[in-house]
Amino acid sequence: MTAYLSLLVVFVLAVLLIGGILVLSHLLNPQRSTNPAKGEAYECGIIPKGDARAPVSIRFFVMALLFLIFDIEVVFLFPWAVVYHKLMLLGWIEMVIFLGILLVGYFYAWGQGAFDWK
Amino acid sequence: MAQPIFQTLWKTGVVFLGALTAAAYLVLAERKFAGYFQERYGPNRVGPFGLLQPLADAVKLLLKEEVIFPQASRGLYLAAPVIIGVAALLPLAVIPFSEHFYIADLPVAVLYLLAVGSLSTYGVLLGGWSSNSKYALLGGLRSAAQMVSYEIAMALALVGVALMAQSLSLVKIVQAQQSLWFLIPQILGFVVFLIAAFAETNRLPFDLPEAESELVAGYHTEYSAFKFAMFFVGEYIHLFIVGCLVTVLYLGGWYGPWKPGPHWFFLKTFLVLFFMIWVRWTYPRFRFDQLMRFSWKVLIPVALLNLLLTSLWMAL
Repeated sequence: MTAYLSLLVVFVLAVLLIGGILVLSHLLNPQRSTNPAKGEAYECGIIPKGDARAPVSIRFFVMALLFLIFDIEVVFLFPWAVVYHKLMLLGWIEMVIFLGILLVGYFYAWGQGAFDWK
Repeated sequence: MAQPIFQTLWKTGVVFLGALTAAAYLVLAERKFAGYFQERYGPNRVGPFGLLQPLADAVKLLLKEEVIFPQASRGLYLAAPVIIGVAALLPLAVIPFSEHFYIADLPVAVLYLLAVGSLSTYGVLLGGWSSNSKYALLGGLRSAAQMVSYEIAMALALVGVALMAQSLSLVKIVQAQQSLWFLIPQILGFVVFLIAAFAETNRLPFDLPEAESELVAGYHTEYSAFKFAMFFVGEYIHLFIVGCLVTVLYLGGWYGPWKPGPHWFFLKTFLVLFFMIWVRWTYPRFRFDQLMRFSWKVLIPVALLNLLLTSLWMAL
């Protein structure tokens, strides 16, 4: 239990440290005259046109979906890995079946070209 | 009850200060080594051999003017550097620097590392999106896609380590390497982890999120003063942590040919970090499609193969 309490302490100290540095920097920063050009998005000197939040490629969305599936798969693998020395061959066969089902989806995504960025 | 909290407090203080100093000097080391790799001196004006350069940089960044960009989504724009900084510091809680010096020996340390490790993706994505600038948005998106793709390969490599150590506690993982470092039985996993680590820390050859020649500075283009520095500090603390993790997971942590101790830990961490700096100044950058293809079509299958081989070998 103390280990988890320590994590809380670490988290609070980390927020205080980072927040403190940023507040310090805010207090120390010089207030200069505001030039309207400073408020513009940087586009190598060209005057920005329109909003930056334009539609983005669907590829990023597909990537995020695939990540979710595989990440959950990996999280399932961790408890299995810890108790594996007790399960042995039976555990191995079970995991191969589990991974096999996921691999079908993996190769389907591969075949559909989800990993090719065109 | 008060005793352990007090102990945690001073240990956390020491580790945080150590990590910030390490990050500051890693920047100097990187610039210095880069200088020597390119046959120039590197920073050598502030203090002997430029050793006070990090201090000068910090003071300069603290005193810089803060520009908060009117089109930006203010709340998220201000939160992103805090998320980056905090997410960079959190993994330090479970790293065992020696047999007795660690903040917390968590029984699920590996899961904790994966969980807080992916928090920095939020900082990058929010920083890029809230800036309302085209370069920043592209940098943030690229970075998020890259970090999530390589995280899977990294996590799969970690399962191999957990299999061999039969535990998720980092202290137990190091203790399991007393006679044989995991580098040897887990060589495939080691290579996958190291490559994924380059991508996770956004370093060359995978530094697309901030590819200067294409995206100016990527997701932190619109940040100034210490908010900018926070992205930088976060990145270098992350690098330091990756060095520590490679040491803990594959290179036997505090064990060495002679008396075990933290000196071995820091020596190995330094060598890993030197290697990462060396690679940065040696290889050119990947293209984005190559990067994604490499992660999904090469690293993940190799990591799965490593997992199957390790488990099969253990069962026989």
